[in-house]
Order: sequence, then C-alpha cells, then structure tokens
Amino acid sequence: MHPAYSVIVFTTASGAGYGLLIWLAIAAALNLVPHDPVLGFFGLGVALALITTGLLASTLHLGRPSRAWRALSQWKSSWLSREGIAAILTYVPAGALGLGWVFGEFVPGQIAAGAWLAVPCALGTVWCTGMIYASLPTIRAWDQPLVAPVYVVLALATGGVLLILLLAVFGYDVRWAAVVSALTLALGWFLKARYWLAIDTANKTYTAEAATGLGRFGTLRPLDPPHTQPNFVMREMGYQVARRHAEKLRRLSAVLLFVLPILAGLVLLLDLPSWMQIAVASLAALSTTAGVLTERWLFFAEAEHVVMLYYRGGAA
Amino acid sequence: MTSLPEATSKKLGLVIDLDTCVGCQACATSCKEWNAGGYSAPLTDQNPRGRDPHGTWLNRVHSYEVGDDAQSRTVHFPRSCLHCETPACVTVCPTGASYKRASDGIVLVNPDTCIGCKLCSWACPYGAREYDTDDGVMKKCTLCVDRIYNETFAPEDRVPACVRACPTGARHFGDLGDPESAVSQLVKEREGFDLLPEMGFKPVNKYLPPRARRDQTAASAPQAAEQAVDNSSSLADRFFAWADRSLAR
Repeated sequence: MHPAYSVIVFTTASGAGYGLLIWLAIAAALNLVPHDPVLGFFGLGVALALITTGLLASTLHLGRPSRAWRALSQWKSSWLSREGIAAILTYVPAGALGLGWVFGEFVPGQIAAGAWLAVPCALGTVWCTGMIYASLPTIRAWDQPLVAPVYVVLALATGGVLLILLLAVFGYDVRWAAVVSALTLALGWFLKARYWLAIDTANKTYTAEAATGLGRFGTLRPLDPPHTQPNFVMREMGYQVARRHAEKLRRLSAVLLFVLPILAGLVLLLDLPSWMQIAVASLAALSTTAGVLTERWLFFAEAEHVVMLYYRGGAA
Repeated sequence: MTSLPEATSKKLGLVIDLDTCVGCQACATSCKEWNAGGYSAPLTDQNPRGRDPHGTWLNRVHSYEVGDDAQSRTVHFPRSCLHCETPACVTVCPTGASYKRASDGIVLVNPDTCIGCKLCSWACPYGAREYDTDDGVMKKCTLCVDRIYNETFAPEDRVPACVRACPTGARHFGDLGDPESAVSQLVKEREGFDLLPEMGFKPVNKYLPPRARRDQTAASAPQAAEQAVDNSSSLADRFFAWADRSLAR
C-alpha cells in the first residue's frame, strides 16, 4: 500500500498526543503530579496540539477536505466515521481537564471527571484508528488481530516518552513515568515482534487463479496489461518495499522505537542532574519519533493488496 | 445510508463471456466515452499526451495466459465493478456517499458528498474504484444508470455502453436476481462463476468460463499416418502427400 505522508503524520502525531493525554489524565487523577497550572498548560497543550495537527494532516489526505464534516454521519458501519466522532468527543473531557488544571475547577471534581472520561475516549479513538485498517480483509497484513492493539500500545508508548521529557523539563520526578514508559515500550516491542511474525507466516490464500476463476486451466500468467502507465489502483495499492529493505527497516525501527527509549528509561532511574535528565529524555523522544515514523511507513509499505493479483499474478 | 439494504428488488448486473471476449478494448473505451459525459462526469485524465499519461477509467481489460498443457490458452479478462450484494466499499464509507440502491442493487457514489478519502478503494478486492485526482472524488461503474432507464433511447440502447459496444456479444446485461431472466439462464447453462467468492462480498456480475478445447488427439493422429506414407513409398504417394500438406495450409 502507498505510504501517504499525511496518514503517517496523522496516525503517529495524534497517537502520541492521545498517549500523552492519557498519561497526564491518569497522573492528574491519581495526584502523581502536582496540579501545577504551567505544567498542565504545556503538557495538555502539547498533547492537544499533536492530536489537532494529526487530525488536520488527515484531512490533507482527502480529495475534498471542506466536506470532512460529512464523515461523522456513518458511525453505524464505518470505523473511519467512528474515529472522527471519538476524536471530537475526546476534546470535551480533555478540555474540562485542561481548563480545570490550568485555571482551577469551575465545578468541584472537574479535573477527576475530565481525566477519567478522557482516558476511555482517547483509547477509543486510537482503537478506531487501528480498526480502520484491521477491518479490511483485502489486505492480509492489516487483517490481523494485533493491528488495533499495536496502535493503542504504541500511542501509549510514544506518549509516555513525551511525558518523561515534559516532567524532566519541569523538574518533577520522572522515575514513575520512566518505569511506566519502559514497560509500555517493552509491551509494544513484544506485540510488534509478534505482529511481524504473524504477517511473515500468514498463508497467502488468495490467488490470481481464484481472482479470475481461471485456475481450472492451470497457472495464470499476466500477458498484456490493460494500460501502459500505472493507474490509480496500481499507484495506491501496488506500492511494495523490497523484502531486504523491509528487514533492515524493521531492525532500525525496533532499535529506535523500542531499544534506545527503554535504555533511556532505565538510565533515568539513576540519580542524574537535571540537565542530563533533560538530555536523555530529549534523545529518547527524538529516537522514538524516528522509530515510530519508520514503523508506520513500513506498516503501509509492507502491506499487499489482493487487487494486485490481477496485475502481478501469484498469491496474496 | 452506508448500511446495506436488506434485500434489493432486482440484482442488475453483467455477465461476461471469457470464451468470446477478444480483448479489443471496445467496452473500456466506450465506457470512458459515455461516462466522461454522463453520471460520472468529469472523468478526468492527467497529462494525457505527455510522457506519463494516466486517468480514471471504470473498466479495464487484462490479457492472461493460463495453463501449460493442451488446455492452455490466452484469455482476455474485462474487470469492472461487480455490484456486490454485500459490498465492503459501501459499509466502510464514512459519509454515506457510497451506497447500494434497494431498487436495483446498483452500487453508486454520490459525487456531491464523497470526501475522497479513498477507503472504499482499499476495501474493494476487485480494483473497481478509481479515484479522480482532478475531481477529488471516487469514480466507479454506474452500470450506466443514465442509459438503462432512459426512455428517450431506443430499447436496444437501454443497456450499459460496454454491452452495446461489444462486437462479439461477450457482455450481457440483465436482472441476475430473477432466475428466469436471460442472463440467469445463461449463467446456469454455462456454469458462470463469481470472482473471489471466498471473500464473501457476493458479486452480482458473473463470468462465463472459456469453453473446453475440442479433443486435439483426433487432429494429431492423421499427421502420424502421413508420416508413415512419407517413409514408405513410391514417388506418387510422396507427391500426393506433399500436395495434401500444401493444400491443407
């Protein structure tokens, strides 16, 4: 599948934003961080900015962005529609939490209520993002039970790394965030490794012979293509990364997204001076960003679509 | 709207005969010609006379070779929307622009509400949908909805443009929900089949398989006999064998 930059930016940026929002909401509700208005302003500000940037980037993928509001109507059948609704709903408790944290509570319990409602809303939004892909049986690499869980865990992991940086910059205790992030990253690594194994060993049950119904005569070989230049179907669905490149990129993304940030989390458990904490947390955030962008690019580039059987023959 | 109708009164669709299709592309070009001015207008092309021309077409004709033995053959294979009974392209649509008509089962895109998210094209295993870059919306076969009900047309013209254009009569249009219809009878008689039935989208369009070759062993046996004559015998026999071969060319 063609890795569209707008969709990669959308899923990674809004994923990290929802992850950071979830951790800040939990921290606020459990009093793991002081209700410092400046921390709240910058923390939730970064989270909502990432979410909003991502959502705006996703509209760049549309042919008619001005009609995007129409996407909220078909929640009964469409995961894309559900995602849009969940994304907008999440702003309500996140706003209540943010306003209460920064300006003080207008109503008693506003922070706790906002925080505890923001968590399921944000989790639900990321789950819907994953399900957009996981609900497509035409793409074997996406039609996998681990796709949506990986989206959720990677959102929490990338948001967790941002939380460490935020706490380090504001001089608060980072150790609980380092532990939580390292554990989430480790879970993400485990699930992603299982996912890669699953798509490598999945049986390619759809064949060009079944796609054309001509298997009764033997093996099918494409002879003349229907058009001389690639059409929309081939450009959108025919993108394929070379196998050996994919393996290198998988290793690269595993190191950047999982290994280095987990090591950084362990280093941050030591008693480090503040500037060193900020430096380590910044490096971890940079590494995570590069790693998750690579991971998401691969998620598209490695996915083969059944329709290419008509063009390439073989199995998918 | 994106939810599917429980049942449709008719199941209008195409039956495509892979035995008689000669791959002439007349269905593809007539489709493009009609739809560039009809329901799907504009059906745009990009850089049509440049080095990398491409554009939106609703019907594509592949050519394949299949098999290695005596039954091997070249098969021309037109590919367009199959107007599935349970199409995923409709249910994934976030806006309701993609819909299946309860009256006749035609799957359409409303060009006024499509946002061009392209998710429907990802959901379709048949590559039936092509995004129109210039128009910013998805395009697909309409089964020539603007021809088949057009009472100003002569009755023989009230069929999809591809069916009207096919010079070998390899394309048939009708109600596949009615077991007595000509197309249903044809499917029954020729053992028409679905593409990728295991995906479960229940295509309405059917394909008719190429007919089996006639027995080739009978054709090759006389050759062996001629060889025998060649090897034996008199000048006259060899002359007649030569004449026979020459005339048979």
